[in-house]
Amino acid sequence: MTLLDQKKAPAATPPGPPGPTGFAAWLRDLALGIRFAAGGGREGWIRTALTAVGVGLGVALLVTAASAPHLLEERSARSQARAESAVPGGPDARAAKTDTSVLRVNAETEYRGRTIDGWLMRADGTRPALPPGVARFPAADEMVVSPALKELLDSSEGALLRERLPNRITGTIADSGLVSPGDLVYYAGSDTLTPDNGGHRIAGYGDPSEGEEMPPVLIVLIIMICVVLLVPVAIFIVTAVRFGGDRRDRRLAALRLVGTDIRMTRRIAAGEALFGALLGLLIGAVLFLVGRQFVGHIEMWNVSVFPSDLVPDLRLTALVVVAVPLTAVVVTLAAMRSVVIEPLGVVRGGRNRRRRVWWRLLMPAAGLAVLGLTGRVDEYSPVNPYPIAGGAVLVLVGLALLLPWLIEACVNRLNGGPVPWQLAIRRLQLSSGAASRAVSGITVAVAGAVALQMLFAAVGDEFTRMTGQDPSRAQFYTFSEKVDPGAANRTIEQFKATKGVKRVIGKVEVYVTRPGKFSGDDVRPTTSLIVGDCGTLRELAQIDSCKDGDTFVVHPRNDKEMSNWVDQTARKGKEVEIGAGLGGKPMRWTLPADSPTVTVRRDPMGEDSWGIMATTGAIDPTTLPGAMTQSQIRVDQSVPDVAEYVRNTAARIDPAMRVSSLTSVARDEKYASVQRGLQVGATLTLLLIAAAMLVSQLEQLRERKRLLSVLVAFGTRRSTLGWSVLWQTAVPVVIGLVVAIAGGLGLGAALIAMLDKEVTDWWLFLPMTGAGAALILLVTLVSLPSLWRMMRPEGLRTE
Amino acid sequence: MIPVGSLLSADSLHKAYGQTPALDGASFSIHPGEVVAVMGPSGSGKSTLLHCLAGIVTPDRGTITYAGRELSAMSDAERSALRRTEFGFVFQFGQLVPELTCVENVALPLRLAGAKRKEAERTARHWLERLEVDDVAAKRPGEVSGGQGQRVAVARSLAGSPKVIFADEPTGALDSLNGERVMQLLTEAARSTNVAVVLVTHEARVAAYSDRDVTVRDGRTRDLEHAV
Amino acid sequence: MSIGHTLLGLLESGPRHGYDLKREFDEKFGHDRPLHYGQVYSTMSRLLKNGLVEVDGIESGGGPERKRYAITEAGITDVGAWLAQPEKPEPYLQSTLYTKVVLALLTGRSAETLLDTQRTEHLRLMRILTDRKRTGDLADQLICDHALFHLEADLRWLELTAARLDRLAAEVGA
Repeated sequence: MTLLDQKKAPAATPPGPPGPTGFAAWLRDLALGIRFAAGGGREGWIRTALTAVGVGLGVALLVTAASAPHLLEERSARSQARAESAVPGGPDARAAKTDTSVLRVNAETEYRGRTIDGWLMRADGTRPALPPGVARFPAADEMVVSPALKELLDSSEGALLRERLPNRITGTIADSGLVSPGDLVYYAGSDTLTPDNGGHRIAGYGDPSEGEEMPPVLIVLIIMICVVLLVPVAIFIVTAVRFGGDRRDRRLAALRLVGTDIRMTRRIAAGEALFGALLGLLIGAVLFLVGRQFVGHIEMWNVSVFPSDLVPDLRLTALVVVAVPLTAVVVTLAAMRSVVIEPLGVVRGGRNRRRRVWWRLLMPAAGLAVLGLTGRVDEYSPVNPYPIAGGAVLVLVGLALLLPWLIEACVNRLNGGPVPWQLAIRRLQLSSGAASRAVSGITVAVAGAVALQMLFAAVGDEFTRMTGQDPSRAQFYTFSEKVDPGAANRTIEQFKATKGVKRVIGKVEVYVTRPGKFSGDDVRPTTSLIVGDCGTLRELAQIDSCKDGDTFVVHPRNDKEMSNWVDQTARKGKEVEIGAGLGGKPMRWTLPADSPTVTVRRDPMGEDSWGIMATTGAIDPTTLPGAMTQSQIRVDQSVPDVAEYVRNTAARIDPAMRVSSLTSVARDEKYASVQRGLQVGATLTLLLIAAAMLVSQLEQLRERKRLLSVLVAFGTRRSTLGWSVLWQTAVPVVIGLVVAIAGGLGLGAALIAMLDKEVTDWWLFLPMTGAGAALILLVTLVSLPSLWRMMRPEGLRTE
Repeated sequence: MIPVGSLLSADSLHKAYGQTPALDGASFSIHPGEVVAVMGPSGSGKSTLLHCLAGIVTPDRGTITYAGRELSAMSDAERSALRRTEFGFVFQFGQLVPELTCVENVALPLRLAGAKRKEAERTARHWLERLEVDDVAAKRPGEVSGGQGQRVAVARSLAGSPKVIFADEPTGALDSLNGERVMQLLTEAARSTNVAVVLVTHEARVAAYSDRDVTVRDGRTRDLEHAV
Repeated sequence: MSIGHTLLGLLESGPRHGYDLKREFDEKFGHDRPLHYGQVYSTMSRLLKNGLVEVDGIESGGGPERKRYAITEAGITDVGAWLAQPEKPEPYLQSTLYTKVVLALLTGRSAETLLDTQRTEHLRLMRILTDRKRTGDLADQLICDHALFHLEADLRWLELTAARLDRLAAEVGA
């Protein structure tokens, strides 16, 4: 309308042609800015490239994060596809023997800290069901392995493992049968597996049921990790948009000289930033697509990913595509508000405008309040993630906002000190904005990481069982369902002969019940019968004298009720039933009347076993139905690879034998993978922040080329300037770290309170301070060569 | 060939930046307390001569002797130390550290040479007073006028009680009135403290503050008074 | 410089004896060349004849030199007119230096030495004037600056000519 009106208006000698207004003006100025960014000569290009690369890195990370849902879905889908299919008829139903059914037993093992999934399999018929990714069923002494396992077995590093898995490799498992490219899996054929020695019959593969629901506590952790890792990325993008801002302002001042008004210059600047951001989106897309091709070859902390799994979620990607350019424009407009660009120069309003603190404090306080009001999250009810994520974001972003004020307030109080310190402090006093911006990224990352680590430690006992095992008495525990004649003795002898093994306790255990009829409501008295040699029995009970053929009744310590319960089955001189409920006729055996009653002794596993104990002379263990062979092994831990020797022996005795190492802490696999994710993400985030700090540092040095030359002219030592660069980085980083640790401890304590746990360790932030120090050093060291270059006398020559 | 009694002298200096020769057989000498103007058209090599004399740039050939010591035989650290303790510098522009206050800028050479902060700033204030700019002591360079800034720079060059001051177009960015005043203050202070001044300028009126002048043309010097 | 107009201008602030006039003139304008008393006398008599000054009084028993002069209305008008009229800028088109340079080139003598010698002489005078500025009052400084700027202009010409000697030699030699 305005345009038309002006056209119709009589020629009242307007000062010039009327420019477009409103939206049209916006578009024109943005386009002008884009033209400047694209055609602004070398200077303009450097600036645009810096922004674009920075934004590109951030976008690539965001898109990768947006791929996480699909990635997790695909992985769990493939994991379920290779699980056995459910058999209709309840949890106790067993698959029927058919032409396609397969007997199998899990033969998972561990090699140098890595878990190797494996199964021993035996076909029931001629057309056995094949697990996904496997083309041919392995015959006896053959096996099919994943490519990663094949590589490991073929390498010299895998020589010991090859001893354990000697089967001939007849094929590799295709990607559809693997969770990740680094997955270590094998399927080995067997001709001796039976249901009696541990074989488990399955009808086929593919578990159509819903995957295991994640525990609520884990969901809270995952939300926190996303927030902690992605908020710094967002901050980095905001920083990248402002790369090279000082130079741009000077160029805009030249535009003011030829007659653009203040609002136009702001819009032109926004246009430049928009161009950089759009280019950044493109670079991000390229980085993501190219990086995806290589991701299959990379393995970090035992995490590897199939490129085809990295498909970003459409909605999240759309959000990134819209939000990044919008952020660029908004951030630029906001940044320009504190700068007055006059035709003859740039006036920074930052110094007159004191930063106010109250609203900056409001945000983290509000965040803590939200977390506090969310109430307790108990272990089983579903979690509403929004208040948790929202509260955490408020706290973390609030810290980032608090930082510029705090840095300014601190730096303004600092004074004195040697020359490098004085130079750095004065520099920060004059303009701490750029430093604060870069450091706020660290603050969020570190605060989040501290909170998370506290959370991990506190939640730990949920995932980390303090096992009560005594690793000084034994370090390994084996367990086998295969009990053949002399199994226990052979197990003991073979382990004793293994390199590095010092002591072995071996036993055969079976459940025994009191014979007779019991009504439905009564529980049949049950206890266990443990068969072993005298040495073994002495480890399990306080036995004074023992000779082959002896039997004992073992009572728990200080537990009358349980002792009575044991005695209801272990009646001296009476019979017990062995193998009741396994189908088939149970075996009967009489407990000798002269068996002494003794008290239990805690075994190296940290467990008390009571009931009946018998030497091998009193009962032949090979005749016991449903028995299990167990052993506990003490090794000389100074022998390298001693664990692998033990596992190799175990595999030789029975490939399906389970070997677990007794350590004081056993970690839940899911919990461990979440923590691995945090490590990977935190490393990437810190590197990203280091990059941002480096760019602004180098930019600043380039601005000061002439000044640096002058300082050199009058004899300033390189080290003086080097130290000043270090202090200039260190002061804001240290302040940022203090804020981060304080905020992180607060956030962590709030989250822990929410989960109704206790803070177990207040000192977990120490490694993060180390990371901060490393960052300071890294940024300083990398900027030094450039500093030396700037300090050359050539800078004195006036152009 | 060192002229008798000279403090700083150079003989047949050659220096090239890439293919372009900047100095092609330049010679120079200055006595304690003497003000010598180095004149010549732009690009004649006068700034390069100053940079060589001050030990900022090493010449490709030729000798420079300061107080009996050969400059090219010194290490970079030694020459830096020399510049810190014996020399002072005034440039055309961009020489004050923008984040330091004026008094801190003046105190900087003293502090680099190891003086205590209080002491250095007291000396700095004295020189600011002498250069008639003590009122801007607490301001930052961005907040003072060009003339004031240049006087602060002169105060800084004098504060370290140097033996030689190197001034490269010290009035180049100033109007004549301010320029004259800066030159007057610089030469008076230098003469009264027996400091030699190497004054690079292309303005005859600035050169007129010197005791003697040397002309550089195409990288060669012509010391007319000695030649005639 | 018009001495008549200058003396008239000095009289405008009040009547004076001839001797006082000379002294005041010397103080303000005559640093380099003091006025002879005879010059004052002849000038004043010319001004009297033209009706620009009048005799204000004669000291008793004195000769002609004891006269007190005062400015007339016509004199005031004359001073005003003189001040209002701009001075004709000096065209400097007839330069001895240029003639010397061309002659040196024509006769095969070194024009460069000539220019350098002149340059040195100019700078020597500039140094002296600069030194005088240092000790003199504002009047001195202004007068010296006037001279310095002119000398600087000459020096620039000398430098420019030195830079173009080859071309000049080619032109005058051809």
